[in-house]
Amino acid sequence: MIHDLLIAPFTEFEFMRRALVGASAIALAGAPLGVFLLLRRMSLTGDAMAHAILPGAALGYLVAGLSLPAMTIGGLAAGLSVALLAGLVARVTALREDASLAGFYLISLALGVTIVSLRGSSVDLLHVLFGNVLALDDGGLLLIAGVASMTILALALFYRALALETLDPGFVASVSKAGGYTQALFMGLIVLNLVAGFHALGTLLAVGLMILPAASARLWTADITRMTGIAVAVGLVSSWVGLVVSYHENLPPGPVIILVAGVFHVASMLFGRAGGWLRRLPGKVHLEA
Amino acid sequence: MTAALRFRDLTLGYDRHPAVHHLDGVVEQGSLLAVCGPNGGGKSTLLKGIVGALPPLGGAVERVTCAANQIAYLPQAADIDRSFPVNVFDMVAMGHFRRAGWFGGLSRADREKTYEAIAAVGLTGFEDRAIGTLSGGQMQRVLFARLLLQDAPIILLDEPFNAIDQRTTTELLDLVKRWRDEGRTVIAVLHDLDLVRRTFPQTLLLARETIAWGETSDVLRAENLLAARRMVEAFDREAHECARVA
Repeated sequence: MIHDLLIAPFTEFEFMRRALVGASAIALAGAPLGVFLLLRRMSLTGDAMAHAILPGAALGYLVAGLSLPAMTIGGLAAGLSVALLAGLVARVTALREDASLAGFYLISLALGVTIVSLRGSSVDLLHVLFGNVLALDDGGLLLIAGVASMTILALALFYRALALETLDPGFVASVSKAGGYTQALFMGLIVLNLVAGFHALGTLLAVGLMILPAASARLWTADITRMTGIAVAVGLVSSWVGLVVSYHENLPPGPVIILVAGVFHVASMLFGRAGGWLRRLPGKVHLEA
Repeated sequence: MTAALRFRDLTLGYDRHPAVHHLDGVVEQGSLLAVCGPNGGGKSTLLKGIVGALPPLGGAVERVTCAANQIAYLPQAADIDRSFPVNVFDMVAMGHFRRAGWFGGLSRADREKTYEAIAAVGLTGFEDRAIGTLSGGQMQRVLFARLLLQDAPIILLDEPFNAIDQRTTTELLDLVKRWRDEGRTVIAVLHDLDLVRRTFPQTLLLARETIAWGETSDVLRAENLLAARRMVEAFDREAHECARVA
């Protein structure tokens, strides 16, 4: 019974196994990135970047149709240039980085939708916007797995830089000149993971497996290591449960995966031990000291 | 005496408007220098210029004894994210950065030194506390412990005792005196003139221009303080280009 419900879809169908592997890899690398997005107060930046890769992917699509390499290269180019431009504009003009990023991603999004509609049907647009985790081919899987592995290695290597730069940028600036590159490296990883993720979940939902698990984890612990662990677990379970639900209920898998993560998030907001709503209700007896 | 820092016709500022104007002088190695003056007088700007966070509009800061990144700097409102999940021990251990760098680990001796620094600021027992749970005075103690570990030849403190209670101030001042005894150069921006008279032998009175610089008792005289106060905090939109050229 439970086997039929939770395991059978994957033993029976290869596309379900592929989907599970792909979504798991995205969750594995996305969750720790999400933790840092959250700690750096850049949760919405992830979202903005997800929109920003759209015109690049769309250009790739315009040139070569639904081709993995073309859309990947296009998405990478668009994402990295928006990230660089936003940083540059923040430095040379009076606009803050959030404002300049907002400006660029809005332009980028409008451009992307326009480019897709130049050639394709609305089905294609749906594919670009929301991906199709059930149609991952070898190339797509390799890309996702490769990017995830690289991301985890890079995070392990630059963990201290990221943490210190988030905690006390002034101190880092006073002891090292390299601190400024941390943001660039981090944005690079975000773009890379969004581009890898969008074949499975689309540009708009790829960011969901970064932010929702991380934000849920924050409500259970204030310890950064545990937070990362919980976030990864939430991401993995969401991918699995989401795929199962979409299989049995015949729903689109991408949105369902994100919705399951959303259920975790809402539950965490209510019951989280480190800052959830119930914990903050008045009426508890206070401590002595 | 050897110089630790030399200012040569140094002008620092923002958007071409000077906050420190044509500063000349030498900070001796091992000296305890207070920087006083009205708000907007350029005190914090001077410290930023010394650590190299703000490139000069004119002139130069000569760092004789060490490179800019070897100077320990405690900014006035450190942009520390107090909600970041880090405990006191790890926060203090950041002071090892120059030895450990981005990738190196902490040796047993480094960890030992970290505990010693925490003990020196009277926070033993707080090692596992998240920094978000500390009071303002405790946080300042943590930052002083980190300064201790940085083991820097020059230490810059920007209003380190603002909103800090008497006892904490006294204990942290003992650390400052210890640094002087170890031959380090300490430059502190301070508003409490009584404290300056008691503790700092040298004072620079700064009101965009140098009003006076020398022995504290000479510098903090009534006429100098009056002159500093008269320095209007003028920001002239139509200011002409400065004609004083070295």
